[in-house]
Amino acid sequence: MKHTLIAWMRDKPGVLNRVSGMLRRRNFNIDSLQVSHSETPGISRMTFVVDGNERMVDQVISQMRKVVDVTRVEDISSKPSVVRELALIRVQTNAETRSDIVQMVNIYRGEVVDVALESMVVQIVGSEDRVDSLIELLNNFGIIEMVRTGRVAVVRGMTERKHRRSTAVWRARANGYENMDEERLTTGGV
Amino acid sequence: MTEANLDGQQASAAEESIPMTGAQMVWEAFVREGVKTVFGHPGGAILPTYDALASYEAAGKIHHVLVRHEQGAAHMADGYARATGRVGVCICTSGPAATNLVTGLATALMDSVPVVAVTGQVPTNLLGTDAFQESDVVGVTQPVTKHNYLVTDVSELPMILKEAFYIAREGRPGPVLIDICKDVQNATGEFRYDMTVDLPGFEPWPTVDMSKIQQAADLINQAERPLILAGHGIKLAGVSRELLEMVERAEIPVVTTLLGAGDIPETHPLSLGMGGMHGEAYANRAVQGCDVLIAMGMRFDDRITGSLDRFAKQAKIIHFELDKAEVGKNVVPDLPVIGNLGETLPALLSLIEQRKHPDWLAELNVWREDSGQTDIINYEVDELIPPYVIRQLWHSTKDTERGPAIIVTDVGQHQMWESQYFVHEFSGQLLTSGGLGTMGYALPAAIGAQMAHPDRLVWAVVGDGGFQMTLQELAVLKQERDLPVKIAIINNGFLGMVRQWQQLFYERRYVGTPIVAPDFVKLADAYGIPALAVRKPEDVSGAFKQALETPGPFLIDFRVKEELNVYPMVASGAAVDQMIRRPKPAVVQGFSGVEPSW
Ligand SMILES: Cc1ncc(C[n+]2csc(CCOP(=O)(O)OP(=O)(O)O)c2C)c(N)n1
Repeated sequence: MKHTLIAWMRDKPGVLNRVSGMLRRRNFNIDSLQVSHSETPGISRMTFVVDGNERMVDQVISQMRKVVDVTRVEDISSKPSVVRELALIRVQTNAETRSDIVQMVNIYRGEVVDVALESMVVQIVGSEDRVDSLIELLNNFGIIEMVRTGRVAVVRGMTERKHRRSTAVWRARANGYENMDEERLTTGGV
Repeated sequence: MTEANLDGQQASAAEESIPMTGAQMVWEAFVREGVKTVFGHPGGAILPTYDALASYEAAGKIHHVLVRHEQGAAHMADGYARATGRVGVCICTSGPAATNLVTGLATALMDSVPVVAVTGQVPTNLLGTDAFQESDVVGVTQPVTKHNYLVTDVSELPMILKEAFYIAREGRPGPVLIDICKDVQNATGEFRYDMTVDLPGFEPWPTVDMSKIQQAADLINQAERPLILAGHGIKLAGVSRELLEMVERAEIPVVTTLLGAGDIPETHPLSLGMGGMHGEAYANRAVQGCDVLIAMGMRFDDRITGSLDRFAKQAKIIHFELDKAEVGKNVVPDLPVIGNLGETLPALLSLIEQRKHPDWLAELNVWREDSGQTDIINYEVDELIPPYVIRQLWHSTKDTERGPAIIVTDVGQHQMWESQYFVHEFSGQLLTSGGLGTMGYALPAAIGAQMAHPDRLVWAVVGDGGFQMTLQELAVLKQERDLPVKIAIINNGFLGMVRQWQQLFYERRYVGTPIVAPDFVKLADAYGIPALAVRKPEDVSGAFKQALETPGPFLIDFRVKEELNVYPMVASGAAVDQMIRRPKPAVVQGFSGVEPSW
């Protein structure tokens, strides 16, 4: 099973190297890894996805905590959270395909951010599934270049589950998702 | 986790800062940390720091031991640390010198030894330019240190020095490296040392969950066939006495790991000695036959568990361990008790009931009688074999005026024979590279231990192969005014342990294992060290006597039988109770000519 972990670390030179070196050395299976600033100055935040059983994830967390610069590690997989990925995709176009592509991008609530004669750049933000399936579609037209950020996530606010469900449903409706099953809505599947 | 004034002195007012160079700061911090001896080798990038040492040496505050290879410096610091429980310190220059440290740092990390290493680095303006003798020391040593630093600003140096000692020593100990750019050593900054270490991500001492201790006590009090598996953690936490008290009160036998040798005296009836790959058959059977296995301060290394799928499956396992990452890494315990054994063991002790386990002990004793272990001393041997040499070493050292000897072993067959035939009487009597299995460890580590305890008897027991990896450190014995390290070379003309595997698993094809050695007696003579060679069993005890009576260092070259195997043996991948046993009749005649039956 895939676990989303978040680690906070002191923003020191080489800290990413320390963490990634440890993950490599211990032969942990990391699907994606993303680092950025956090809300606290001097503290970086890393979101990474580990593929493995509970015991392995437990090991990753314990080993991670031993890296002196890492201040906190959390497995948010079982917590309600918002999980997103961003992709920028440059896809081949011509007069015939252009409108088809724009339509698909719209259905996926992506955005066309650059248009040239023979290609356009599409941006999509969403769950990995959604990004995956748009990429699959665009592949039919020929993807020239692509970049994905990897998963980023934040835990949802502490709300009553019922309330959470209704906000999630509300949000989905507002976004034009009429028939999503509720379970997916509440686990951040949109 | 923050902690001010680590050594307990509560500073009433803030210390006034003193301007000094980065180079001086290094020594000033060492003095504040109570460091009296450092092991090192100079070179260009560390020269400013060496220059600043002069006044500290002249004032008698710090003594520098010049090594012959930087690997030796790391092992000496390691031996010093293991022998004292304090942080060992080594220092050298950039590039090739720093990379030479790597083996020693990795050895210390694997065995949880507190070491601080200082290396010189090219000046900050040359970093990353492939300057002369530049190497990415922080990058190279990252996986073999607990933490490391590159210092590019002198204002950060005092805090980094303080943090380095703190990290090396607190919690599960380990090596920390500080790489200091040459211009930083020359730069002047403000030095004080009363600041508070503030490392929010470093949690050396986890809080103990007391309910777990109650559960552990319940399990132990109800056990019919309890067994303790004790490791290095007992020594690191200094709880041998508490362990012995618990063992005696509840009548629980003890098996140790290699680094746990002597956790309780091996002369004690409840000591079963070492378990694992070359442990005694009865010790491993006990592991496979107990109903509650109490693992303390050990990490279920593959050398102790054999096949994990078949390790102590019948038992409820309680794991007392400081490092949470070790719990569940190899063996998932039924009950983890995470925390400092210095806290958990005394707490447990207060809940342990008086018990007797006569049936369990009787069973163990039957197994124990089925062992060749004791035979070796009782029989006349006609050939010189290592087990006999080791046993004589024990006899000759156990009642000396200088107290029982500290034994430092290298890696290979002789290391296993030492663990089997020497009777370790206290925790910390044996210093050896267990986790990394570093050949070449013994001589430099013995020098470190002897520097720490000038009055103790220190013996290095080493193979002819491993000795040739670091024998250049013999010169240190001379330079340190005849440092009285005694050396026993178990010289079998082979890289013995590898040869044993070739014999057992590669149809005796001895590829790359026959090894030619110099005449060690002449070699010692060239270094000005008295030495003799021993070929016959009847000369062994006399040789040990002579070594003891000769002041200063002494070397004995034991020309032992060449092709002899260490038994019992658990082949890799086998369950720990599937042992190749000691060939019995052969023990009587010195093992000659009898091969094990599979
Ligand atoms: C640095 C290093 N290189 C290689 C090995 C692999 N190795 C383990 S034991 C051994 C043989 C050691 O031979 P020797 O020092 O003569 O001791 P003996 O086994 O004969 O007692 C070797 C080569 C090692 N442990 N360390």
